[in-house]
Amino acid sequence: MKHQIVGDVASLPDAAFSHRTLIWWGVLGFILIEGTAFVLAGGSYFFLMNHTTPWPPHRVPPDLLIASCFTALLLLSEIPNVWTDRVAHAERLIPTRIGLAVMTLIGLALIVLRWFEFQHLNIKWDENAYGSIVWALLFLHTVHLLTDWVDTLVLTVFAFIHDLERTHYSDVADNCLYWHFVALAWLPIYGLLYWVPRMLK
Amino acid sequence: MSAALPREPGSAEIAALDAQLQRTWGTGRGLWERLATVDHKIVGRRYVITGFAFFVLAGVLALLMRTQLMKADHELISPDRYNQIFSMHGTTMMFLFAVPIMEAMAVYLVPLMCGTRNISFPRLNAYSYWVYLAGGVMVWIAFLLNVGPETGWFSYVPLAGPEYSAGKRTDFWAQMITFTEVAALAVAVELVATIMKQRAPGMTLARMPLFLWAMLVTSLMVIIAMPAVMLASSFLISDRLIGTHFYNPVEGGDALLWQHLFWFFGHPEVYIIFLPALGMVSSIVITFSRRTIFAYTLMVLALLATGLLAFGLWVHHMFATGLPRLGSSFYTAASMMIAIPSGVQIFSWIATMWDGKPRFQSPLLFVIGFIVIFVLGGLTGVMLAAVPLDLQVHDTYFVVAHFHYVLIGGAVFPLFGAFYYWFPKFTGRMLSERLGRWNFWLFFIGFNVAFFPMHILGLAGMPRRVYTYPSGLGWESLNLLSSLGAFLIGVSVVLFIINVMRSLRVGEPAGDNPWDAPTLEWAMSSPPPPYNFMHVPVVTGREALWQPGPRQVLEGLSPSHREVLCTTALAAEPDIRQPSATPSLWPLWAALATTVWFIGSIFDARAVVWGAFPLAVCLIGWLWPTHPEPFRERSPA
Repeated sequence: MKHQIVGDVASLPDAAFSHRTLIWWGVLGFILIEGTAFVLAGGSYFFLMNHTTPWPPHRVPPDLLIASCFTALLLLSEIPNVWTDRVAHAERLIPTRIGLAVMTLIGLALIVLRWFEFQHLNIKWDENAYGSIVWALLFLHTVHLLTDWVDTLVLTVFAFIHDLERTHYSDVADNCLYWHFVALAWLPIYGLLYWVPRMLK
Repeated sequence: MSAALPREPGSAEIAALDAQLQRTWGTGRGLWERLATVDHKIVGRRYVITGFAFFVLAGVLALLMRTQLMKADHELISPDRYNQIFSMHGTTMMFLFAVPIMEAMAVYLVPLMCGTRNISFPRLNAYSYWVYLAGGVMVWIAFLLNVGPETGWFSYVPLAGPEYSAGKRTDFWAQMITFTEVAALAVAVELVATIMKQRAPGMTLARMPLFLWAMLVTSLMVIIAMPAVMLASSFLISDRLIGTHFYNPVEGGDALLWQHLFWFFGHPEVYIIFLPALGMVSSIVITFSRRTIFAYTLMVLALLATGLLAFGLWVHHMFATGLPRLGSSFYTAASMMIAIPSGVQIFSWIATMWDGKPRFQSPLLFVIGFIVIFVLGGLTGVMLAAVPLDLQVHDTYFVVAHFHYVLIGGAVFPLFGAFYYWFPKFTGRMLSERLGRWNFWLFFIGFNVAFFPMHILGLAGMPRRVYTYPSGLGWESLNLLSSLGAFLIGVSVVLFIINVMRSLRVGEPAGDNPWDAPTLEWAMSSPPPPYNFMHVPVVTGREALWQPGPRQVLEGLSPSHREVLCTTALAAEPDIRQPSATPSLWPLWAALATTVWFIGSIFDARAVVWGAFPLAVCLIGWLWPTHPEPFRERSPA
């Protein structure tokens, strides 16, 4: 069978942002997977809650202060996150480096806060099913916090020792997208762990 | 820059381009190069062969069970060993054969059918295979060491909990789930990205081959369904190892939480196995009828409807748990409704064959076998959707008969058809048609002899998963008949293996497109060159290779480094050139680190923390951004 060359793709760009790239679709796929896991874990929380009165069984919900500080900082982190996303799209090297460094520091602060949050759940995972699901939800979110922080750290180190190409700016933008997910996914979990037991009182 | 377009490339130009592309995309013969390869065809082939090996192993277990059940009061296998055998049979068939082999076929075929040079995330693909292999080998070694799973393929609690399944047996089962689901999810993401972004220019959604549609819907289903079983098995193993109480009713847990989470995955799982098979059937029916598919749009809608409805009927596995009546009615209705899209597809295939010029060769024989057996299985499915009947035959051989009719009929028959159909592309040689007919008829007859009597045994009250039964219940002759049928299937599978071995050496050379098929995987030589397509194919109609005139292609992808063309998601217009990952050993190291992590945590819960560090190191090594020097030369300043 004869082939007829009818066009040339050499002039197309070799990097782009957002849904034009494969990585973006990959990140979206993993967000869907992990989002489903969060939804099902949240469903499990309600399923177990239906069997137990009072909820929590020992009537002491997790302490609010540290978790609320965590939530506030996480929400505020969206400001530098959106900014980093924008300067990455504009392919500006110095601001992108600054944005990545700020996000790494905020991530570290959040991890420290999370460490203390675990100490103030007022329940251990092996005391009852309530404790198990509370720890599971917080653990699940912490895994995401840690993985995105390591990813941000790697990008930051890379950005400080190299010039960035468009493909790297695109990686930074995708990392910002994933951070949106980490931040948004926390809000319903925060509601479940800290406010649902208080509303049931 | 090249000469004026359009033009036809000369033979010297083609030879030079081939040599350069072979250097860029080829995999050497050394051990490290083989281990580091990210060629989707090599990984796909490994995946298919491994999946088939697990099919044979699980088949041997089935024959052991049928030997044990051949006569009443048989003492060949002890009850404890029998528990492990039926658990391993189901586990291997579902988690190590059915889902992986369907994804494996897609790993091989989807990039070819899309008209691209590699899968979207080639290293993730290699990692997925190694993780899958490690999980399968782990659970089989455990089984051979007498610590195999013992609580059935769906491991219901409390039976699978710490109280009734002491020791490590169920822990290995739960971690096998983690291994295989990580592998399956990775492939699902790759397939979605490949299908959405790497289709050949001109292959709009409305021109996508039905196999690609089937794999797109399947991959989305994997993405939504599999997290459920990972969550369920993680809860299970933490109940067993660190004393959580998710499923412990004494401390506020609930055994039914397991059933909900498991079947939220488990029922879509059936369709995750079945939908790729439907895609294979459509490919075969079109090619062997020499006609475009009847009612393409309806076929696509049927695939989408099946994918959606599959998530609405998991509770029909739980009718015996005492649900509210409204819940039962809802799930009965949903379960019956899913017969509609299946029926639409079956009528469309029949109409396509009816109106075409069918050639009754081995692939089409398996498709016809599929239609007959699957319709029978579908009918008992509609019966089982009715709560009163379900309660009567729950946990009996009637259910065993039903799901073997839908799974073997719905997936294994199409898969064998697919083997016969695509073997020439995989290897460059045809399978023997004569042996193929023997293979089909022995399988078809053996299957019905093995499984039809189980309907009657189930109605007569024989429960599933019993290691033996007393004489005098009238079950002996049907069990003997069933066992004879199972051995016929065994003979048929041995014939298939002989056919493959023989054809690899002396099979008739296939040529590029021995069946005169219309999809892009038949556009290049068989087996395909490492770079798949010398030029980017342009698709001008739904049956790409049946369009009149010379084949249109685009040039301009780099021959000197790995690059693929990304097109827009809906209209498939050329958009960007993207680098494609080079071979790397990091996926293998990452898979080994994952293995240490998962197996370590069975023996020491702290491994959940320390085991993550080696994996993190491997992932950083793997994903460390590269500096794309070659691009800088090519990009405008």
